Amino acid sequence: MTKEEANIREEVLLISGCDVSRCMKCGKCSASCPAYDEFDIKPHQFASYIARGDMNALMQSKTIWNCLGCFACVERCPRDVRPGRLIDGVRQAAMRRRGGSHLQPEDIPSRIDPDTPQQLLMSVLRRERK
Amino acid sequence: MDLTYSYFPGCTLKTKARDLDVYTRKTAAALGADLVEIENWQCCGGVYPLGSDEVGNKLSSVRALNDAKEHGRDLVTVCSGCFHVLKRVNDDMKNVPDIRDRANRYAQLAEPYQGETRVLHYLEVLRDAVGFDTIRKKTLHPLTGHRIGAYYGCLLLRPSAILEFDDPEDPSVIEEFLEAVGATPVKYQMRNECCGGYRSLEEPAFTNRLVGKIFADAKASGCQELVTACPLCFYNLQKYDGPDKLRVRYISEVLAQALGIDERGEVR
Ligand code: SF4
Ligand code: SF4
Ligand code: SF4
Ligand code: SF4
Repeated sequence: MTKEEANIREEVLLISGCDVSRCMKCGKCSASCPAYDEFDIKPHQFASYIARGDMNALMQSKTIWNCLGCFACVERCPRDVRPGRLIDGVRQAAMRRRGGSHLQPEDIPSRIDPDTPQQLLMSVLRRERK
Repeated sequence: MDLTYSYFPGCTLKTKARDLDVYTRKTAAALGADLVEIENWQCCGGVYPLGSDEVGNKLSSVRALNDAKEHGRDLVTVCSGCFHVLKRVNDDMKNVPDIRDRANRYAQLAEPYQGETRVLHYLEVLRDAVGFDTIRKKTLHPLTGHRIGAYYGCLLLRPSAILEFDDPEDPSVIEEFLEAVGATPVKYQMRNECCGGYRSLEEPAFTNRLVGKIFADAKASGCQELVTACPLCFYNLQKYDGPDKLRVRYISEVLAQALGIDERGEVR
């Protein structure tokens, strides 16, 4: 674990407020996850990646952008690890660091249609832009 | 019972989901509940800011919650997104001292806000204040024979420890509502699974796949149509164009039909 990874890990633990040592690798979170197929690193792996400080892999994962924030994993985790919050914590650390926004404003117009609800645009902007 | 509430419509209900707003107000009035719109409310942001250190993005919710408190009323919303955000921010204001202190410092209210307001979804008003029995009695046009599935999605239910809305794995409030208006509620397994939410902007193929599974399950279980309270669910379900697609309506539109509100010409 590099020094920078140690910093990121500390930040993620603070932002998420989670205790990764509680994870028992039961896989219930991954079994519950509707976006499982879209993830390169799976929900049940997050706690152990963070425990060993493998933060660069998490920061570069597809998972942090594909997680739906649906909280199925949080609801069903028997140890209250709240993996969805860990994933979100890494996403936020990635955004804050890169000064980094995922979606660019010029990407948006081609993606909306006359029915697109504000809720959708607001949610994306809030999640993916600083 | 005094059925006067502060009402937070939310930005989507002012534009794309106008039906949800109009039918909510009209049905509430017909059932004797008064929804008083908060003045100068601001968009809640659509997603709850999860970071334990985020305060700024919660302030619009805090102002709405405080406005309801100053009027001595519960705060009602019908958008699942708004309900989710307002209720979670309220929980922070009640139970997380650090967020409460910082939010109050920014918001500069007459008196510090400490999570006093009760946040209610319109369905809770219908169930607990109006009562499904009253709805049953006031139903002029029961939806007899309509086999309708409730689509809860996620924002209403999870995390259940904070939202305290219904059993997160086996919810029933929308089914009870459907029964009250004379329909036949049909439970199907995927009614509390996510439709893909905001990923539909960047990955419509992905959300389309998720929605396809939901429709297939609903149809195989015998649903003829689905109802929802979430404008984002509504949009994602509407956009699906596969073989198992079912009609989708807002709960308040179904209620208006049952109460005969459109026929009395009260609604456009
Ligand atoms: S995070 Fe929870 S559900 Fe997931 S593997 Fe660990 S203990 Fe199991
Ligand atoms: S919150 Fe993310 S990781 Fe958890 S179940 Fe939903 S999509 Fe999967
Ligand atoms: S959830 Fe949506 S509609 Fe409701 S206020 Fe927030 S952004 Fe607006
Ligand atoms: S839009 Fe999707 S993400 Fe939102 S409540 Fe509905 S199911 Fe959940």
